[in-house]
Amino acid sequence: MPKELLKGNVAMAEAAVRAGVEAYFGYPITPQTELLEWMSERLPALGRTFLQAESEVAAINMLYGAACTGARVMTSSSSPGISLMMEGLSYIAGTEVPVVLIDVMRGGPGLGNIAPSQGDYNQIVHGGGHGDYHPIVLAPSSIQEAIDFTVLAFDLAEKYRTIAFVIADGNIGQMMEPAELPPMRPLRTEYPEWAVRGAMGREHHFLSSIYIDPKDEEVTNYRLMQVWNRIQANEVRYREYYIEDAELVVVGFGTAGRISLSAVRNARAQGLKVGLFRPITLSPYPFKELEEISQHAKKILVVEMNSGQMLEDVQRAVKGRIPVEFYGRMGGMVPFPDEVLAEILRIQQEEIPLDGDPRQRWMERFAPIINWKN
Amino acid sequence: MVTTATPVQVVYKRPASLSDTPTHYCPGCTHGIAHRLIAEVMDEMNIRERAIGVAPVGCSVFAYNYFTCDFVEAAHGRAPAMATGIKRVLPDRVVFTYQGDGDMASIGMSEIVHAAGRGENITVIFINNAIYGMTGGQMAPTSLPGQKTTSSPTGRDVESMGFPMKMAELLSQLEGAGYVVRRSLHDPKNIRMAKKAIRLAFETQIRGLGFSMVELLSTCNTNWGVSVLEAMQYLKDHMLPVYPIGDYKVSPALENLRV
Repeated sequence: MPKELLKGNVAMAEAAVRAGVEAYFGYPITPQTELLEWMSERLPALGRTFLQAESEVAAINMLYGAACTGARVMTSSSSPGISLMMEGLSYIAGTEVPVVLIDVMRGGPGLGNIAPSQGDYNQIVHGGGHGDYHPIVLAPSSIQEAIDFTVLAFDLAEKYRTIAFVIADGNIGQMMEPAELPPMRPLRTEYPEWAVRGAMGREHHFLSSIYIDPKDEEVTNYRLMQVWNRIQANEVRYREYYIEDAELVVVGFGTAGRISLSAVRNARAQGLKVGLFRPITLSPYPFKELEEISQHAKKILVVEMNSGQMLEDVQRAVKGRIPVEFYGRMGGMVPFPDEVLAEILRIQQEEIPLDGDPRQRWMERFAPIINWKN
Repeated sequence: MVTTATPVQVVYKRPASLSDTPTHYCPGCTHGIAHRLIAEVMDEMNIRERAIGVAPVGCSVFAYNYFTCDFVEAAHGRAPAMATGIKRVLPDRVVFTYQGDGDMASIGMSEIVHAAGRGENITVIFINNAIYGMTGGQMAPTSLPGQKTTSSPTGRDVESMGFPMKMAELLSQLEGAGYVVRRSLHDPKNIRMAKKAIRLAFETQIRGLGFSMVELLSTCNTNWGVSVLEAMQYLKDHMLPVYPIGDYKVSPALENLRV
């Protein structure tokens, strides 16, 4: 397929169409609405299911029902809408049916704004719905990755009967850049054995997340954790740039990772030994790989578009071996490469303490940047 | 002595659509009647193999154990959304929800109204017993004015707790509704009328005439704190005046249908 100039939201939608999505349920919310609009045109034209739900609560439960039929299904939303979907997600996790979600994150908390953010990291990677479950979470930093990860999300969700998220931010959703779409896959004709499609010539069965006897629920939780162990063992993905001889390693995902790469390249042009580690799966997180990096690098800088939600996972991997610093923009603000470069230059020169809280140090440095007055 | 052999004739048996699992419902509960009616209709229409039920949260949370068709179990109030997802992907299946008053008329009000508004080709069996059964007798959106429950201990005061939700009347106003009726399960005549309504509701769906709902006035002797017989009498004396039995919306295409 030739490269085309594509907008992120449209690219992810079309990628899903070509990956064989059979049904989409969603609700308009900026900055992901173009995805829903694209589906509203494409899916009915192809004889597939599109439905604009009355709310994100309804959308996720429509998705839940459709997923129970064994169909390839997805929804998309942005942060406040994803919050509304958390109930349904927990039920989906407990029922072990595969679904794909795309979250085009925006500034929060609350109504916040419609600017790009990475503030949903904790909600999606570390929790969200009630109970014990772990979704697969993929973080694209370009339109091409947004396409590729959308396709991958379907395959992973079905392979493990789990929830697979693509978490993009408003930048990825709204910007345009050249990218290549995959060829159209044929729709499936066979459905999994567990699917609820009517008891035609077989015993009836049901799909549910209820295990009223705690002993059964415990066994179910154990099964979910075993699946999660397989996912952790097999599905960790990340990208490294200039890591081999790097003394300072910048860690960032999605748009923050992409901006950091520009800063790292500028630093390299100045002769500094700086590299970038960009997690692609935020869940499962590349703990082992980061731990290895912390065994030969001297310092780490975490860059995020939030108040340091992934920072805590990086610290878990680094285990206090080398100093970790943090730089973040919040509430829909996006860092410039120069801001990250300035941090790189500062950290290269300064002695960074091993102990203490990188978030507190960042807040002190950050106050004048936003003209904070006590 | 001459004996005349009379051929054995089965006049009553368990419908094939009803499983032989003993239910967990309290003695005297009308859920069992409602389940049986649905199963009898599924048998008569020969739709068990293409029926998919959606169970609610509430006393009938285990409804999927009592039918021999495929089932899924929804989150509280979300059964119409889940049924929508199934029906849109499998339009030739017969999809129905089974919901209580707390599930449908309180937490699930948005989902039921929009499913009806869209004319979703699903069938809803709505059990209205004016109380939350599973959690132990709290006030429901359909509790009667003055009704004492564990969360309205001095009686439902409409000034502060609002008025009963009349779901059949409410949903019948929507253009997407093809068949919306209220029936009762308090005596044999009404039970027969209820069965016919369930049949018509499924016929509505199969004919693609839009959303269908049968509201079934039901009892909860346990949480009402009365005997089974008193519960039937209470329904007759107190619920019927607030919730009149009737056909609130019947698609013209159904009018000449004889079942």
